[in-house]
Amino acid sequence: MARRSITETSPIEVYRLLPRTNCGECGEPNCMAFATRLVNREVSLESCPPLLLPEHDSDLADLSALLAPPVRAVRIGQAEREITLGGKYVVQRHEFTYHNPTCCALAVDDTLAREELVQRLRTISEFSYNYIGRDLRLDAVALRSATGDPDQFREAATTIAATCKLPLVLCSPDPDVLRVGAEAVPGRRPLLHAADRTNWREMALLALDTDSPLVVSAPDDLSGLRSLTKTLRAWGIEDLVLDPGTFVGPGLAHTIRNFSRCRNAAIRDGDELLGYPLLGAPIAAFAGEELDPVRCAFDEALTASVLLSRYADILILQGLEGWSVLPTLIWRFNLYTDPRKPVAVEAGLREFGSPDRVSPVLVTANYALTYFTVESDIKAANISCYLVVADTGGLSVESAVAGRYFSAAGIAEALESSGVAEKVDHRVLVIPGLAARLSGEAAEATGWKVLVGPKDSSGLGPFMKERWPPGPA
Amino acid sequence: MNGRDLVGALGPELLALLRTAGRIELEGFSLELDELEFRLPHGALAPAALVPPGAEAVPERPSDLLEAEYVPERTEYPGRIREVVLGATRREGGSRARALTVGGAEAPAFSLFDRPIVNRPVISMDVFDTRVPMPKALRAPFEEVRDDPAAWARLNVHQFGAKAITVHLLSTDPLIKNTSPRKAAATVEEVLQAVDVPLIIGGCGDPRKDADVFFEVAAMASGERLLLNSVTLEMATAKTLEKVARAAAEHGHNLLAFTGLELNDAKELNRRLYEYVPPEQIVMDLTTVALGYGLEYSFSIHERARQAALMGDAELQHPTISGSTNAWSAREAWMPMPPTYGGPERRGPLWEAETAIALLLAGVDIFMMSHPAAIGAMREALDVLTSWPLEEVAEGRANDWVTAAIGGET
Repeated sequence: MARRSITETSPIEVYRLLPRTNCGECGEPNCMAFATRLVNREVSLESCPPLLLPEHDSDLADLSALLAPPVRAVRIGQAEREITLGGKYVVQRHEFTYHNPTCCALAVDDTLAREELVQRLRTISEFSYNYIGRDLRLDAVALRSATGDPDQFREAATTIAATCKLPLVLCSPDPDVLRVGAEAVPGRRPLLHAADRTNWREMALLALDTDSPLVVSAPDDLSGLRSLTKTLRAWGIEDLVLDPGTFVGPGLAHTIRNFSRCRNAAIRDGDELLGYPLLGAPIAAFAGEELDPVRCAFDEALTASVLLSRYADILILQGLEGWSVLPTLIWRFNLYTDPRKPVAVEAGLREFGSPDRVSPVLVTANYALTYFTVESDIKAANISCYLVVADTGGLSVESAVAGRYFSAAGIAEALESSGVAEKVDHRVLVIPGLAARLSGEAAEATGWKVLVGPKDSSGLGPFMKERWPPGPA
Repeated sequence: MNGRDLVGALGPELLALLRTAGRIELEGFSLELDELEFRLPHGALAPAALVPPGAEAVPERPSDLLEAEYVPERTEYPGRIREVVLGATRREGGSRARALTVGGAEAPAFSLFDRPIVNRPVISMDVFDTRVPMPKALRAPFEEVRDDPAAWARLNVHQFGAKAITVHLLSTDPLIKNTSPRKAAATVEEVLQAVDVPLIIGGCGDPRKDADVFFEVAAMASGERLLLNSVTLEMATAKTLEKVARAAAEHGHNLLAFTGLELNDAKELNRRLYEYVPPEQIVMDLTTVALGYGLEYSFSIHERARQAALMGDAELQHPTISGSTNAWSAREAWMPMPPTYGGPERRGPLWEAETAIALLLAGVDIFMMSHPAAIGAMREALDVLTSWPLEEVAEGRANDWVTAAIGGET
């Protein structure tokens, strides 16, 4: 049975189930406003204290059902470092928006000497890249039992528990190995990988004993996945994650097909047995015939990119060098921005350093990445200047010029409303190199002399040295 | 024996049994006790598991797998993407060794794999007619040929296996060299003679100059079924669109309709073009932005366009193209960074490949690319994704990563 898509739920339906007291405890002016934000998934039901009172139990249950995502939200890890997997409402991000960014779990294994393990854990925990003013980080650690030896696994798990706070994934096909690992990290609620057609009873008991979420694995076998989730649900286990198998190389098409089928079945067809988060393992690129570690990391990154685009909710990764991790983290961040809202900064005038009446005036777009890049380059080059941020609808300079959101008229308007003309004595405007073709029209529209700046703002330092102050017009 | 002792004796066995069986029925068994208390490890069993048979609401733990078959359904779409032919052979009035057909999709790309891919997406390799600023890692493979478009095209075809070539006539830009249309056409002619693959001809982005250049090129290469890259709404404003479109129609070339991440603009431009050329001669460029610089906008606009086209929007039923070389505008592709990020010769090709592959999944049909390593990765992906039926996989291998010995510093 097809379930109703998220965009078909109306605020009125939600409003009818709310307490309708307009108490404002949620921070909204009234219950209708709260209902609208609920439908947009911008707030959660817990933000309404009256709804949590016993007399509203049945309304709360109805609301939870009405608003529940067709892909279950599964939490892993302990309270303060918890991560939510899944919780998806749509197949394609433009239909609504994606929630709960794909968890990137970096693998370690029980063959590593203690110092190596601790070092790798530190690298994982400390990895950070500043992108548009945010720190991109790795989210979790996946411990693999490469030796098959329970003692080795216990020791590695104990070391991890003692030195690393990130959520854990414990991986072994052997339930006994997995059990000693889980028991070595009490209270951490690790994600257990994995129950399959042969070991599922023992894995189910382990999941129940340790109150941990469980992966079900059936490579290239969706009937197997459905059978496993059906059975485990009958056992009372709901926190499940699906691993349809990640094949790199010749099997990539199977991988994509299985991920796509799971997600389409869950969301478009309302198949509850496939309505769970999906686990992808780009690390498989390291377990094939290819031996060159650079080539493996390259293939892993491409596989990760494909699986991010094709609905993975958690990825197990091996490559820990910045060049292969970075595109994965950036693409993950990008896919999970809300397509309903441009990633924009406010338009207007910014001042850097201590600008005076002869300081340069620059103009740029209000796409967040553009702005933060220009900002950091201005600061790095130690330039005192005025920066006019034009409203380009949250598009970068290049796209905004192409789409005519950044035009001579727009530049003139931004310049005018910034009031920068009163702060400087000159009339010279530096426009981005990527907007070079607007230079003539911009000069005409603003009445200012226009200098075409560098194509990339990293060139602003040398540009200013060479071109500022500008010669007489 | 009191209840507590009894359970003390039975408990471990019961537990052991339950671990594997999941459920036990006690038959022919009676028990009279004042107090019965089970002490079992927390969570080892659901509380109801020891309730005697016959009781209501026992959540039964099945001991065998409950089979639940997955039955795939094939979705039919009312719309279909038009096919566009790039290049013409001698028999067709051109001089190419073979023509390439793109488009024809009847379902979202590379998703459910429930039917063969109609036409394999095409990768076209870039050639520039002038020295444009280019990251070192990107220009390194072409250092010897950067001043000779014909030699560059030959290198792309013979050494890197290009199946199509894009000649970017950037020198025609009034702000660069302002090369004349006649001279630009001569460059195209040289490339046509140097290689026998289909050509895409890129302009400089100036709506007036491009129109003059394309007009000249269209006549010179009459019958070659070039793809003129590109026509825009700016040309409509500058009143040069008609000139290019009529020249394309007269000489049998394809037009690339370029718009900036806005489907309404794309539809409007296509409507204008339908006045002059058959829809089968139109390809759309919806704009490719680099990974990290807004690729998600490009990704979603292509997903939206393809979805709408398949659902029946005829004005969007055109093949699409991506200028994936744009990936190199991302500073993460080419800038020096700390050692863990490797050099641009490693980062750059990965950046270009990731930008292209994201758009491949969104349905793009033609890729304009540059770096041989990025192109190699795309070709490998295309080989796998376009084979039909799908190559067999060894199911047993999928989870090798769980226990594999993975060595080396990674």
